[in-house]
Amino acid sequence: MPHVTMEVNGKAVKVDVAPSALLVEVLRRDLALTGTHVGCDTSQCGACVVHMNGASVKSCTVLAMQANGAKIVTIEGLSQGTNMHPVQAAFKEAHGLQCGFCTPGMVMSSADLLARNPNPSETEIRSWLKGNICRCTGYHNIVKAIQIAADTMSKKAAAE
Amino acid sequence: MTTGTGIGASIKRREDFRFLKGLGRYTDDMTMPNMTYCVFVRSPVAHAKLGKIDLTAASKSPGVVAIFTATDLEAVGGVPCGWLVTDRHNKPMIEPKHPILAAGKVRHVGDPACAVIAETYAQARDAAEKVSIDYQELAAVVDMKKAMLGGAAVHDEAPNNLCFDWELGDKAAADAAFAKAAHICKIDLINNRLVPNAMEPRAAIGAYDLATEEHTLVTTSQNPHVIRLLMGAFVLGIPEHKLRVLSPDVGGGFGSKIFHYAEEALVTWGAKKIGRPIKWVAERSESFLSDAHGRDHVTHAEMAFDKDGMALGLKVDTLANLGAYLSTFAPSVPTWLHGTLMAGQYMTPAIHVNVKAMFTNTVPVDAYRGAGRPEATYVLERLMSKAAAEMGMDQAELRRRNFIRKFPYQTPVAVVYDTGDYDAHLDKALALADYKGFEARRAAAKARGKLRGIGVSAYIEACGIAPSSLVGALGARAGLYEAATVRVNPTGSVAVMTGSHSHGQGHDTTFAQVVADKLGIGIEMVDIVHGDTAKVPFGMGTYGSRSLAVGGTAIVEALNKVIDKGRRIAAHLLEASEADIVFENGAYQVKGTDRKKTFGEIALTAYVPHKYPIDKIEPGLEETAFYDPKNFTFPSGTYICEIEIDPATGETQIIKFTAADDFGNIVNPMIVEGQVHGGLAQGIGQALLENAVYDDNGQLKSGSYMDYCMPRADDLPSFDITTTNTPCTHNPLGVKGCGEAGAIGSPPAVINAICDALRDYGVMHMDMPATPEKIWRALQVAMPKAAE
Ligand code: FES
Ligand code: FES
Repeated sequence: MPHVTMEVNGKAVKVDVAPSALLVEVLRRDLALTGTHVGCDTSQCGACVVHMNGASVKSCTVLAMQANGAKIVTIEGLSQGTNMHPVQAAFKEAHGLQCGFCTPGMVMSSADLLARNPNPSETEIRSWLKGNICRCTGYHNIVKAIQIAADTMSKKAAAE
Repeated sequence: MTTGTGIGASIKRREDFRFLKGLGRYTDDMTMPNMTYCVFVRSPVAHAKLGKIDLTAASKSPGVVAIFTATDLEAVGGVPCGWLVTDRHNKPMIEPKHPILAAGKVRHVGDPACAVIAETYAQARDAAEKVSIDYQELAAVVDMKKAMLGGAAVHDEAPNNLCFDWELGDKAAADAAFAKAAHICKIDLINNRLVPNAMEPRAAIGAYDLATEEHTLVTTSQNPHVIRLLMGAFVLGIPEHKLRVLSPDVGGGFGSKIFHYAEEALVTWGAKKIGRPIKWVAERSESFLSDAHGRDHVTHAEMAFDKDGMALGLKVDTLANLGAYLSTFAPSVPTWLHGTLMAGQYMTPAIHVNVKAMFTNTVPVDAYRGAGRPEATYVLERLMSKAAAEMGMDQAELRRRNFIRKFPYQTPVAVVYDTGDYDAHLDKALALADYKGFEARRAAAKARGKLRGIGVSAYIEACGIAPSSLVGALGARAGLYEAATVRVNPTGSVAVMTGSHSHGQGHDTTFAQVVADKLGIGIEMVDIVHGDTAKVPFGMGTYGSRSLAVGGTAIVEALNKVIDKGRRIAAHLLEASEADIVFENGAYQVKGTDRKKTFGEIALTAYVPHKYPIDKIEPGLEETAFYDPKNFTFPSGTYICEIEIDPATGETQIIKFTAADDFGNIVNPMIVEGQVHGGLAQGIGQALLENAVYDDNGQLKSGSYMDYCMPRADDLPSFDITTTNTPCTHNPLGVKGCGEAGAIGSPPAVINAICDALRDYGVMHMDMPATPEKIWRALQVAMPKAAE
């Protein structure tokens, strides 16, 4: 069986995979990183978003083989222990989650948005989130959360 | 108290940490040793006789453990229906068997004919593709009006596909009211079929322990005890003490995870058969074909008014689609959850509702966020705005004239409203929406070549269906109470076992606030336990916005018992009479003295009963309460939607959406706002985007996120929401429920706004979803007229 070598959440891993295996399957099944979710089979919902070499990708739409040599960060690796990344903290602050199922993908996607655009407008946020479906929140508080996170992160950056 | 962590405080949710860190535990996150995987072979056609099922190739496929068909399940019951509707001729509804796997016939695209179990998913999928089934196709019943004419029948028991013909209200009185009318407003409308689409697809794991003879089912359910009851008693014949049902973190429900589904029974039954755990997880395209859908009504309605705009009477005739089989609560939705809401906020003295419920070769239809109440509200609120336009009256004013202002109020459609103040939220919404300034904004938009419209909707909701004696008389095959156990530990921490189930509602926070507030202890001392029949004594679960009003009240009742027992212990310790002891701020105090014992001291004494009236009071501090409400609760509100249409493209933009809701008392305003946001998104989705479309052959054309338009972040505005408060009069918290309001009140507000924008074009109604194409086409037809 072929295998892939990746760095996942800072750790080197080597996994045997079927050529047809998806990155999300390897993360959830082989590496037991169940924070990354699967909400659809047409690459529409974004529940599966992780970072690959620093950019958000839908891990249901990446073959595990394509991730060979890549650096992957999942929701479990976004912050350590009881700490929270500013985006995670802002989602809690603004009540940007309800059932939590879309949340890991939303957070990973939002973190990528803020890395690219530290001060997005509401329109830019809403447009960026098109690839992440949430059925619970109506997006109102997710937008608020991203605004709060943008604020915290830019204040932090200015202080540094 | 609005500070700290008690009732009324917007504290942050305690469950968020695990969800934000990727530590949630949903059904698909769990594995069991030696687990196998199940894939269902589902019918690709809507209606067919099942010929030969050839398993030869599939059985030889690598990794296959077992393949089951209906023949293997002959000793197993069908999926039961939990509500028996009696029709207007006093006949029980027709209730055909709903087999776990299709027997003899398949009745909708997605009907499972066969279950393939293998060592891995990939192997199960491969083997499933090798199952060869001879489908002998029959004419599909899709359109409800055609279904009534006979010909093809979904079930032999119902030759014209009618399940029941139900009515409510006084037809003669309504006819008499219409005879006196100065104006009659008529409408034909469709309440579009929706797919609930909780983001977590349904999943189930069945397991069997030969040593203890215990079955376990882990399932994505809103009500694990209900599943245990239905599946244990009616399908598999497993007594409760040998069947444990767990619903861990569940990723949204919106009604679709109330029902007992065939897949749950198959994995539970199959796990014993093969002696290994079986897991099934729906793929999204499978969810579209197997989760119960919502809505799907075709309605003609008329409303009679006198010359001053006072409503005299209402007549509603509805065809309700039940799909191919009766889902768990399906019969209650277009009847007792729909007809009873037709008075709305108005004094309409005579109402008659007729509902004909039809079988069709489509996915079963059952409760979806609001369940019957959005359908009723849509009919009534479309009629009010259309009538106002026809009579040349203001739509807000027409509503105000007809408001009920005396409570309790007996409606002509069976229910009694305990309380409400409809002027209060209308006023608040009008102010927040700057309703007065609208005509200026309309004119400004017109100058830019855009069409602005404003739509009002004033909804009433009935939550926490109750009491059990009443719902029993109406056909419910269950009670609708809730249970809670409060276990005080020796050191004063508290575990609350609740029968309610949280799948996004935030009970871990809200319920803990109630407990901390009532006991005067820190919220970190309170643990909320739910979703496991082995841990929670009993429960009816979460749906119909009932959790706080019914489940929360059960907790309060159990807390009261705890507090009372504590008082008896305190009286002994403080050598005072019970009547002289008050419980306040977490301590029992002898009135008028400073002698007191904290709740923690009493808890410890209860478990270390050295100085204790042991002959009078048992040790320990744990109480259970079952609470059966005296009535429904009746939240209400006013929603105002302002939209702008680009006539060149037909596109609608929501400029402002205002919601003013009366939910009674509120425990956590932040969570309540979140519930409203989510409901609004689903209601606006119904009005503008979502539609489950079947073709004439019964193929679901919108069966994925490519074709079924889910509301996305850029389809929606931020919302302007506020609340008013008339506390519920018959539960101790004074709460009413907030989960469904947004989805109930918003569709008519949006469509009323669109019709208002298009009024100069003579468009008096537009069916949902009001897509750009529909609007653009309507404008093309109307354009010449308006141009004059
Ligand atoms: S699982 Fe839906 S986009 Fe990846
Ligand atoms: S929080 Fe439930 S889907 Fe987003």
